[in-house]
Amino acid sequence: MSSVDLAPHAAAGATRTLPELIEEAQRVLAICNACRYCEGYCAVFPALQRRLAFEEGDVHYLANLCHNCGSCLYACQYAPPHEFQLNFPRLLAQVRAKTYRKYAWPGFLARLYDRNGVAVSLITAASLAFMLLFTAWVADPERLFRAYSLEQGSFYAVMPHDVMVALFGAVSAFVAGALAMSFVRFWRDLGERKRDFFSPLPAGDATGDALRLTYLDGGGEGCRYPDEKPSFARRNFHHLTFYGFMLCFAATATGTVYHYIFGRMAPYSFWSLPVLLGSVGGIGLLVGPVGLLWIKFLRDPDLADTRQTGMDAGFLVLLFLTSLTGLALLALREAEAMGVLLAVHLGTVLALFLTMPYGKFAHALYRFAALVRFHLEKRRPAPAVAAE
Amino acid sequence: MDPSRLYDVLVLGGGNAALCAAITARSAGASVLMLECAPVPYRGGNSRHTRNTRTMHAGPLGVLTDAYPEEEYWMDLLKVTGGQTNEHLARMTIRQTQDHVGWMASHGVRFQPPLSGTLHLSRTNAFFLGGGKALVNAYYAAAERLGVEIAYEAEVVDLDFADGRFNAATVEHRGTTVEIRAKAVVVASGGFESNLEWLREVWGPAADNFLIRGTPYNKGRVLKLLLAKGAKQVGDPTQGHCVAIDARAPKFDGGIVTRVDAVSLGIVVNRHGQRFYDEGEDFWPKRYAIWGRLIAQQPEQIGYVIIDVKSMGKFMPPVFPPEKAGSIGELAGKIGLDPAALEQTVARFNKAVRPGHFDHTIFDYCRTEGITPPKTHWARTIDTPPFFAYALRPGLTFTYLGVGTDAKARMIMQDDKPAANVFAAGEIMAGNILGKGYLAGIGMAIGTTFGRIAGGEAARHVLG
Repeated sequence: MSSVDLAPHAAAGATRTLPELIEEAQRVLAICNACRYCEGYCAVFPALQRRLAFEEGDVHYLANLCHNCGSCLYACQYAPPHEFQLNFPRLLAQVRAKTYRKYAWPGFLARLYDRNGVAVSLITAASLAFMLLFTAWVADPERLFRAYSLEQGSFYAVMPHDVMVALFGAVSAFVAGALAMSFVRFWRDLGERKRDFFSPLPAGDATGDALRLTYLDGGGEGCRYPDEKPSFARRNFHHLTFYGFMLCFAATATGTVYHYIFGRMAPYSFWSLPVLLGSVGGIGLLVGPVGLLWIKFLRDPDLADTRQTGMDAGFLVLLFLTSLTGLALLALREAEAMGVLLAVHLGTVLALFLTMPYGKFAHALYRFAALVRFHLEKRRPAPAVAAE
Repeated sequence: MDPSRLYDVLVLGGGNAALCAAITARSAGASVLMLECAPVPYRGGNSRHTRNTRTMHAGPLGVLTDAYPEEEYWMDLLKVTGGQTNEHLARMTIRQTQDHVGWMASHGVRFQPPLSGTLHLSRTNAFFLGGGKALVNAYYAAAERLGVEIAYEAEVVDLDFADGRFNAATVEHRGTTVEIRAKAVVVASGGFESNLEWLREVWGPAADNFLIRGTPYNKGRVLKLLLAKGAKQVGDPTQGHCVAIDARAPKFDGGIVTRVDAVSLGIVVNRHGQRFYDEGEDFWPKRYAIWGRLIAQQPEQIGYVIIDVKSMGKFMPPVFPPEKAGSIGELAGKIGLDPAALEQTVARFNKAVRPGHFDHTIFDYCRTEGITPPKTHWARTIDTPPFFAYALRPGLTFTYLGVGTDAKARMIMQDDKPAANVFAAGEIMAGNILGKGYLAGIGMAIGTTFGRIAGGEAARHVLG
C-alpha cells in the first residue's frame, strides 16, 4: 500500500518561494477541508469549504481573507508538534507577503517588499530631505524661520497653497493609479468579472465587514491576539488607527471644501471643523498605531511571520509620525519652528503616500477585494457534498 | 505536584471528564491535583479530537434547534447498543445533558451552529466553536483560574488501592518517581485503545492492522491496575468506537481528517475483490459506527471502496488522494487486487442495479436485486471512468472495556459494593452505558455528566 506523507514537503523555513508556498498551502488546505472544525471562526473556512481543489488564485484569495487572529491555530489538533505540522495562520501570512509583492505595480517596484522596513525608512528619510530642501527653495530662508500670526497666513506664507496642491495632487494621482492597477490584476486572478466587484449587496456587505472588522472577533469572543487569551485589543487599536486615518482624511476634505467653495483660507481656528476632525483623528492615529505595535511585540512567536515585522512596523511608525508631526504643527503654528515643522510634516505625509502601494497599506486593498469576493460567493450555490 | 501534601481530590487523566471533575471538585472547595500523562500540546486525551456533544433539550437551546426529548435520545441509544446499556445510568446521563451547554459555556466553552456536512446534527448535537481542542483549552484555562494544580507528563504506574480504598498513586514524572497521596481519587484516564500489546491480546494479530484515530496516550494503565485490584469489569474488550478510515492514515492521532465517507456511493470489496456488506444500509451515523468493525473482520483487515466519476465531489473531501484508473482492471492492479475478481464483482453488481431516481439525501429506491449481500439504497452502476479507489482500515477511536460505576460515579468492586473513595468518569466507565455501537457526541455527554458527578461526589466525600 502506498503511504502518503501528510507532513510538509518543502523546507518549513521562512524562505519559501511562491510555488513552494502554494504547494504547502495545497497540503494544508486539503487537511483543513477534511476537518472543518474551525468553520465558525471566520470567513476563511466557509470559503475554503466551497472548494475541492486549490489553485494559486484560491490561495491568494483565502490568504487575504485571513486576519491572522490565531484562533484556528490554538484550536488545531494538527498544529505542531503533530506530524502534520499545521500552522495555517502563519502560512497564510507568508502567502500575503507574496500577494503584495506579486501584484505591486509597476512590477519593478515590487522589490521594495523584499526588505520593506528598510525601504520605508529610506523613502521616509528621502522624503523628509526633499521636503526640507523644497521648502527652503520655495520659501527663502528669511521667510522659513519666522513666526507668523494666523492672520498672516501661517503655512501658506512658507509654502503657497497652489504649490502644495500641485505636489500632493500629483503624488496622490500616482498612488491611486498604482493601487488601482494592483487591484485590477488581483481581481482578475481571482477569476471574477470586473463588474461583479460593483454588485451593490456583496460590496455593501464587504464594506460593512471592513468598517466593523467583523472577522477580527475570533468567532465572537475576540481574537487570540497577542496570545491565547481572547481579546478585542487588536480590533480596537485597528479601529482607532483606521477611523483616526479617516478623520484626518475628512479634515483634509473639509479643508478643501472650505478653501474652494467657501473661500475660507487655512489656517482655521481650533474650533473649526477641519481642525477638530484632524485633532480627534490625529489622537486616534497616535494611540492606534502605538497599540498595534505594542501588541505586535507581545505576539506569540508561533503565529508571527517575523520577516514581515519591518513592513508592519514601518507602516505603523509612519502613521504615528504623520499624526505626531501634524499635531505638533497645529500646536506650534504661530511659532518660529513652524516653517521647519511644516516641511517635516509634509515630508512624512509624502513618505506615507509614496509607500502606500509598496507597504503594509496594500493589505486594505486585497482584504477588501477578498471580502467582496466572499460575499459574491455566498450568494452562489454551494457545491453539494453528502452529509456525514 | 507535591509528594508531601495530602490532596483532597486527585484526578487521573486530562481529558473532558477529568477536567469536568477537577473543575467541579475545586469549585466545591476541595484542593485538586490533576495528572495528565501527555505533554501540553497533546493534553486532553481524545477530547482533543471531538467536535460536539449530544444534548437533550425540550425546545430550541442556544445553537440547538427544535427539541430532542429524553425518550428519543434513549431510543437512539437503545438502537445502537442493541440493549447493551444500563437504562438507569443512561437515562440519568441523558437528563443531565440538558444542563451541559450552559455549564460548559460558563467555563469558557463556545458553541457554533453546525455548517456544512453536519447540518442533520443541528437538533441533537451542540458543536464546539473550534472543536474539541478549543474546548480542552478553555477548560484548562478555567481549571487554572480556579486553582486546580495540573501536572503534565505525569503517568500513574501504580496505585496503593486495597479493600476498596485508595491511598496513593505512584507517578512517573519527567524521569522521577513520586508517590502522591489524596483523600479521594477520580479516575478519568480513558480506555486502552493506544496500547498495542493489549489490543493484540484481545484481537490477536489482526490488531497490528488497526489504526488508532485518537490520542497515543490512552494506554489503559490505570484501567488495568484497577481491574487487577478488584474493580468490577464492564464491557467487552473487543468493543469500541471503530470507524473505517483511510489506510494511509498515521498509526496514531490522525483524527477526523482520515475519514473516507464514500462507502454509500459505491461498493466496498475485501482483499479478494469480494463485497461483504450492504453499503447502502443506512446513513452516516450508522455507517460510521459499523464499518470499522466490518473491515476489522475481513482478511488482513483491509477494504477498498470503489466509485466512479459520478460520485466524485459528492462526499466530504478526504485528505488523501484516491487511486485513479481508466478501467476497473487497471484500478485493481493499482490497489493490488486480482483484476479479474474485481471486474467480475463490479459487473455482477452493475447487472443487479435496478433503475431508480438517485437521491443521496433520503432512503431512495436505488437498490440491487439478486446479489448477496444486496445494496439496499443509493445503488448506481459503476461504469463511468475514471474509476477511483480508497483503501480502508479499522480506525479505533476508543474502547468500551471499563470499570463499573453507580449513579454517584462511585467505582463498583467485584463484590458489587462501591469503593470508598474512588470515582470514575469518561471512557474508563463509558462501557456501562455504551456496550456497543456508537452515537455521535455520546462520549462527551457521558464524560461531562460523570465528570461533574465524580468531581462533586469526591469533594463531598472529602469535605463532608
